[in-house]
Amino acid sequence: MWEIKFSGFGGQGIVRCALITGKAVALYDDKYATMTQSFGPEARGGACQSQLIISGSRVLYPYCTSAGVLVALSQEAYDTYEPGLADGGILIIEEELVKPKANSSRVKLYPIGATRIAEAVGNRLFANLVVLGFFSAITGAASADAMKKALPGLVPDRFLKANLQAFDKGFEHGLATASQTNGAAQ
Amino acid sequence: MAEFPKIVSADPKGVLTGRHFMDGDHALAEGALAAGCRFFAGYPITPSTETAERFAERCPEVGGLFIQMEDEIASITANVGAVWGGKKVMTVTSGPGFSLMMETFGLAAMMEVPMVIADVQRGGPSTGLPTLTAQQDMMQVRWGSHGDYRIIALVPDSPQECFDLAVEAFNLSEIYRVPVFIMTDETVGHMHEKVVIPPAEEIKVVERNWYTGPKEEYRPYKFDGKHGAPMVKAGDGYRFHSTGLTHDERGYPALTAEDNKKLLTHLIQKIDNNADKIIRVEESGLEDADIVVVSYGITSRIAIRAVQVAREQGLKVGFLRLITVWPFCENKIRELAGRVKAIVVPELNYGQIVLEVERAAAGKCKVISVNSCGGAVHDPEEILTAIMEGAK
Repeated sequence: MWEIKFSGFGGQGIVRCALITGKAVALYDDKYATMTQSFGPEARGGACQSQLIISGSRVLYPYCTSAGVLVALSQEAYDTYEPGLADGGILIIEEELVKPKANSSRVKLYPIGATRIAEAVGNRLFANLVVLGFFSAITGAASADAMKKALPGLVPDRFLKANLQAFDKGFEHGLATASQTNGAAQ
Repeated sequence: MAEFPKIVSADPKGVLTGRHFMDGDHALAEGALAAGCRFFAGYPITPSTETAERFAERCPEVGGLFIQMEDEIASITANVGAVWGGKKVMTVTSGPGFSLMMETFGLAAMMEVPMVIADVQRGGPSTGLPTLTAQQDMMQVRWGSHGDYRIIALVPDSPQECFDLAVEAFNLSEIYRVPVFIMTDETVGHMHEKVVIPPAEEIKVVERNWYTGPKEEYRPYKFDGKHGAPMVKAGDGYRFHSTGLTHDERGYPALTAEDNKKLLTHLIQKIDNNADKIIRVEESGLEDADIVVVSYGITSRIAIRAVQVAREQGLKVGFLRLITVWPFCENKIRELAGRVKAIVVPELNYGQIVLEVERAAAGKCKVISVNSCGGAVHDPEEILTAIMEGAK
């Protein structure tokens, strides 16, 4: 079972990340997925988060009790939600927007310059898809194939190709990072 | 006599067949459209607004009509009117809007108007917690309008069930000519999960019981305590009258104690006498249970977790989920109370349906309320603690 929290500030595509992943897992990876999101005034501009539970059997409790993965795309989101990440959990951050604590060894830290990569693809708005590609490669919680199938309908048609490119860039970066990390561990 | 109830396949135009990753609010709209609902007058309120938005967005594709009214009172009243215009109708709201609609719910019960209302519950009283979950309107839906009457209330525990129960709610409303309520909540309303919408031919829909006899013999009411009279459309040339006043079978005011007895007995009996057909529950492990957890909606999903842990610890714990809360499954509770040690009732309110459980249990077993002030779902530990207490 995966308990995943996507977080950042409103407008970064945080909820969209969880929607894409949830749809990918539920419809194309043939697992159970339950997605919830912060809602209301607190979600506009401030810290925004979305939770996704993935399981081989029906999800009962719909919220994270001890998140195994945290994606934090803003400092405020990192500060707010990092303490809720389980020991040894996977922490994915946008490296230009989040400065992690000096001693982050409690968790497995994976920084990515998603905004810069997205700009190279054509627009920084695709940063969330770069993050999703990276997330898919690092965690394996949702397959790249399923994630790509989930995109139509959740991103504008005219930007589908660019979003797919952004996802691929993030995914490649994730594979490279994962192999380096594994190499270092060995 | 025409076949009743007349069951047909859903109109494919309204059915979004396929597998979707969808929230409960959207699934409610899709269920309504699949059931043949083509009219929706509403007023937006968190956390139910997404249903109205979805319905409005889909209307042009299916040939439906969505009207955003000036408030909830106008919304529910427009829906009553549209039923007499021949439409299947639905509206959605939450706490404050639900309170505003109360008077007209009584009118709809009195006029025997088939309609569906969803209450996506949030914390109250008053404007309370607009964005946070609760199950605090469970007694209000039963008793909220003045006078004696009956309604049906269903409670979904997932987006899939929002779809399924929306279809069922429409069918029940047509069979019994009664307002049917879907008492969901913010968590289920805003939660995304897989929703499978079957092909139209697999979705069974109850058609309105249209009158087909001679015009001069038409009567809009029949106090038979079963289903009531067939209906007609306003403007089709039938002479009929419908009013909130106590009336006779022609629909004209008839204001005596005897008239009221005939009418009221019918309103009550058509639900009470058919309760066994209406009530649906989900159960597991009741056969040899010492303790039973009775819950509904989102709370039942949290309860299953507690039940699983308790069973792992060797306790004989049964699980009963109320899919239909009103009419209440009192025979079931009475039977259980006679053979179990305790019934545990978690709910996201300060103890509402537990009162019905206590009434039906009539002191034959311990009844433990796991209440809440709403705003968040239970911690499964709270329910587990109550199960342990019941096992003592």
